Amino acid sequence: MTDQATPTPVGAPRRSGRHGAVQPSHLSSERLTRARELMALYPEPRSALIPLCHLAQEQDGWLTPEAMVDVAALVGVTPTEVLGTASFYDMLHTEPVGTHVVAVCTNIACLLGGAAELLEHAESSLGVNAGGTTADGVITLEEAECLADCDRAPCVQVNHRFVGAQTAESFDALMADLRSGARSEDIPSHGTLIRVRRSTGLEADPERVAAERAAMAEAQARRAAEAEAAKASAGGSGGAS
Amino acid sequence: MAITDPPKIVTSRLPYADSHTLERYLATGGYDGLRKALTMIPEAVAAEVDTASLLGRGGAGFPAGRKWAMLRKSPVTYLVVNGDESEPATFKDHLLVERDPHQLVEGVVIAAYALQVSRVFIFIRGEFALGLERVQAAVNEAYAHGALGADIFGSGFSVDVVVHPGAGAYICGEETALLESLEGKRGFPRIKPPFFPAAIGLYGEPTVVNNVETMSNLPWIVNHGGAAFAALGEGRSTGTRLFALAGHVNNPGVYELEMVKTTFHDLIHAPVLGGGIPHGRELKAFIPGGVSAPWFGPDQIDLPLGQDEVAAAGSMLGSGSIVVMDDHTCAVRASWRITKFFSRESCGECTPCREGSGWLEKIMERIETGQGRDEDLDLLLDACDNIAPGLTWPPQQTTICVLGPSIPSSIGSAIQMFRDEFLVHIKEGGCPYE
Repeated sequence: MTDQATPTPVGAPRRSGRHGAVQPSHLSSERLTRARELMALYPEPRSALIPLCHLAQEQDGWLTPEAMVDVAALVGVTPTEVLGTASFYDMLHTEPVGTHVVAVCTNIACLLGGAAELLEHAESSLGVNAGGTTADGVITLEEAECLADCDRAPCVQVNHRFVGAQTAESFDALMADLRSGARSEDIPSHGTLIRVRRSTGLEADPERVAAERAAMAEAQARRAAEAEAAKASAGGSGGAS
Repeated sequence: MAITDPPKIVTSRLPYADSHTLERYLATGGYDGLRKALTMIPEAVAAEVDTASLLGRGGAGFPAGRKWAMLRKSPVTYLVVNGDESEPATFKDHLLVERDPHQLVEGVVIAAYALQVSRVFIFIRGEFALGLERVQAAVNEAYAHGALGADIFGSGFSVDVVVHPGAGAYICGEETALLESLEGKRGFPRIKPPFFPAAIGLYGEPTVVNNVETMSNLPWIVNHGGAAFAALGEGRSTGTRLFALAGHVNNPGVYELEMVKTTFHDLIHAPVLGGGIPHGRELKAFIPGGVSAPWFGPDQIDLPLGQDEVAAAGSMLGSGSIVVMDDHTCAVRASWRITKFFSRESCGECTPCREGSGWLEKIMERIETGQGRDEDLDLLLDACDNIAPGLTWPPQQTTICVLGPSIPSSIGSAIQMFRDEFLVHIKEGGCPYE
């Protein structure tokens, strides 16, 4: 600790991060708009970090360093914190991947259904080991953990779309379809996750909710008092009935 | 024991191809439960759930009504729905989010009303792209229909629901890891105490975390009353439950069955359910509740599908997924694959789990691939003992969450039930099944 750089004075704006010194410049303006809409859904902007990483992957196919700088600036953390978080998650790729990410599950149910053999076939027919990308950059092959489609074993996903149980033959046909674009309708390229956008902002604003809660508590108290009074009057006239 | 014919509580719309649409939902009684709930006081709705004795369907089986009652009073509280289904061989929530998303949304709004929560996050596993789209579409439609948002159905109650995508991490199914992830961080579980979500949850505020299937039961419970739900099943296991059947059976799939009434034998062999084991083979073993659960053998096949019954026999009903292995299955290979899963998915927070899972996986691999050593069985059990001292069931733990003590289940079961197979692997230097 002898050769320490001059520390940044407390309170001075950082190059990036919480103080927003860096303006997002990599994400498209349309995606920046969507990013801000997503952030507005959470009490704290950092909660949108993962949805924003998905948004960045939708643009670039993977999570680029430039996109992480943007995400950091948007949610108010450092790019390192974005990388440190994103690298924890299997779906966020901090290295380039193919246009299509093909995941073959080999977990227990699929293993019993012949998944190890299917993965072996996939590796030899694509000419890459699991984790690798074909030379033409079209397909990245992954050995996946359970994808929760166990009644259709061995289970395969392409870009997180389920394609049903696969045999060696159907797998090869599927790869050919991916290369020719025949499946582009139902299987968007890697990174596009949720094609349905949220149609509305938040409606239950805190003031409204507080007023509603107060009104509801009042109504409940009134109903309770009425019930109490009814019980008392029923008790009072009990002898007559 | 028998296969009863209970009402379909959560799978009634599955016969319809358009079961996910608002149109179909409304045509089949959709949002009636919510309308009814909104005429009741919130406490009365919670009381129905308590009467139903609805056990949480995520895996731990904690009564939902009691969980709700534990929510600390605070001006701001949250409801978080756990749709991060990733326990291997569990695929029931996958079905519910894709095929009946409105039922989930209705259940969520009912719960939000009972708990008086004004913002809900539905955390859905990132790999469920179609499920995320279907639930988001249902949320959009529910807002437009007046079932969500401000002044729901003119009741004066308002709640917002936000659909949140995960990004691929098994650990985020653990509720405190899920909350960390929802806060935009790595999915590291929080230590309990003090971080019980009901006291200190999302953003430090009191939070209820409920499973997708748990929520999906609520419309029926409100419509028919908690007592009608409690009348199904036996003992503490009330109502129906989704059982996901996979592995070596003729008809793998998700079955909604009355709790306790049906046995594992029925589920695996009945023609209307699993339809038996293919190729005329025999049952070797089955996993009764997700890969975190100890295995059962043919001797336990007559046990009923009930939470306490399975627990008393030394395992757990867990996430409701049953994996069947026939007599051509290599027990070493099966438990190695499960161990590899835990090794890949250990979040790395606690040393016994992070290091132990990796070592266990390496030892299992070398046994399966013919490099096993005579001392390996003791070494495996010793490493397991470091994660779950005493190797008891339910397990003790040396880790923050229960992922760690789940690792020894398959290894311990395989060694206990099929010790000879391990010895053959070691002696003959390879897998006898290959």
